[in-house]
Amino acid sequence: MQTFTQRLANPTRFMALSGQLLPWIGGLACALIAMGLVMAFTAPLDYQQGHAAKIMFVHVPSAWLSMAGYALIAASSFGLLVFRHPLADVSAKAAAPIGATFTLLCLVTGMLWGKPMWGAYWVWDPRLTSVLILFFLYLGLIALRASIEDEALAAKLTAILAIVGIVMLPVIKFSVEWNSLHQPASVMRLGAPTIHPSLLWPLLVMAAGMTALFAALHLKAMRNEILRRRVKALRAVEVEAAGGLASQAAE
Amino acid sequence: MDLGPHAAFIWAAYAAVVVVLAALIAWLALDGRRQQQLIDEFEARGVRRRSRHAGEHPEIG
Amino acid sequence: MSTFVELVRRDLRLAWREGGTIGVALGFYLVVVTMLPLGIGPDLNLLTRIAPGVLWVALLLAALLSLGRMFETDLEDGSLEVLATGPLPLAGLAAAKSLAHWLTTGLPLAALAPLLGLLLNLEPEAYGVLAASMLAGTPAVSFLGAVGAALTLRARRGGMLLAFLMLPLFVPTLVFGIEAIRAATLGSAAFVPSFLILCAISLASLVLAPLAAAAALRLQLQ
Repeated sequence: MQTFTQRLANPTRFMALSGQLLPWIGGLACALIAMGLVMAFTAPLDYQQGHAAKIMFVHVPSAWLSMAGYALIAASSFGLLVFRHPLADVSAKAAAPIGATFTLLCLVTGMLWGKPMWGAYWVWDPRLTSVLILFFLYLGLIALRASIEDEALAAKLTAILAIVGIVMLPVIKFSVEWNSLHQPASVMRLGAPTIHPSLLWPLLVMAAGMTALFAALHLKAMRNEILRRRVKALRAVEVEAAGGLASQAAE
Repeated sequence: MDLGPHAAFIWAAYAAVVVVLAALIAWLALDGRRQQQLIDEFEARGVRRRSRHAGEHPEIG
Repeated sequence: MSTFVELVRRDLRLAWREGGTIGVALGFYLVVVTMLPLGIGPDLNLLTRIAPGVLWVALLLAALLSLGRMFETDLEDGSLEVLATGPLPLAGLAAAKSLAHWLTTGLPLAALAPLLGLLLNLEPEAYGVLAASMLAGTPAVSFLGAVGAALTLRARRGGMLLAFLMLPLFVPTLVFGIEAIRAATLGSAAFVPSFLILCAISLASLVLAPLAAAAALRLQLQ
């Protein structure tokens, strides 16, 4: 009796299944985000922050997804190193740029929220600081993979880095929090406004929509990566065939 | 729609999200199309994956 | 166990004979710490406030210089492969190299730091804590650094990549190292927990980092 992931291990079956799922997940993402945007812009003013709190509706989901993305990469890396799942590396490789993008969005929206609230674009708020470091971790994964020519080796080394990163991540977050607590100077915190129910629903809908978008993008990226590897294999077959003809002609 | 004194920041934040996500979607779509195009070109030239060998899916490690 | 000791001894001998490696790291440390006041200006109060941070960050940068070469020379002359098949497990090899790095780079840098503190008008009460925090924190730098060195062993532009990979991982050591100094100079109660956490991070890296480095080395040697 095969488990779900075992059944998905076959790339052809994955392509078929993901091809069917993708339009639905994409459609769901569009619907939820559209609904979320409407709810966001018709939401009442926040008591403390006025309309600026509306940035929260894209900033907070981006933050959640930046961390979920890294967790996904770490889980995929575990699947590669421990279970040798055939699609684990495809999943990890596909998730990195997408997670990095949402991390970047979190930083940008955070800066645009910070300026009106605190007067400066960057105040070393502990949450944003740890997201910045998370961004470096993402870039590190992408850079390490790009710097190694052997794809199989790159996959496994990147997986080790991802797991080291996820182990260090709570320590890093803890240290950044500690740093801000014990600074002698007053610390500015990008606090989320007190979540009123009328603000909670738009946030949840946007979060759900952006999560569905992440899933759709990840599936699409995995499909692209599988195709890319097929192209590489076909190229190798063609080169081999040409080599075989050449040696035949030489005889 | 009047979003108060910080409207520019709110619009900028949402604009950034839309632009960046649109770029990501576009990149993924175009990349996928490019790879499929390459595969179609190979198949048109008669290059096939050797499916009768043990490495049925050489594209995965 | 004897192989372990022998490895450390061999690396110490090589570093001593070459001399240049330790010299470059110390020289770099000196240059960076000198450039900062030149760039910021001689405002002594300001320098006192930033001294712990500057001394720690510059130490991390100087340590990064020699981290990349941790396994390179052994890979080049083939001794890495020989050692991998030897009696010492790869994790032990990684630990030996890390220890040697700490003895030849981390420790000298930590010893130089108080002297450089003079350039930065470091508070008098801070000298002892500075030395203690660096002694406690630099092992983490060497041991975590081995993981980065193993991962980037054959990568293109490995040196720059290594720095980029390691700096986020050094953040906890940096934060708690500086916090320990600040808390001690302020007489705050936060000194003990900061220092203990700093020690805990180093101890944890002593145990866990060699395992990760060994996993990476095993892959590099295939």
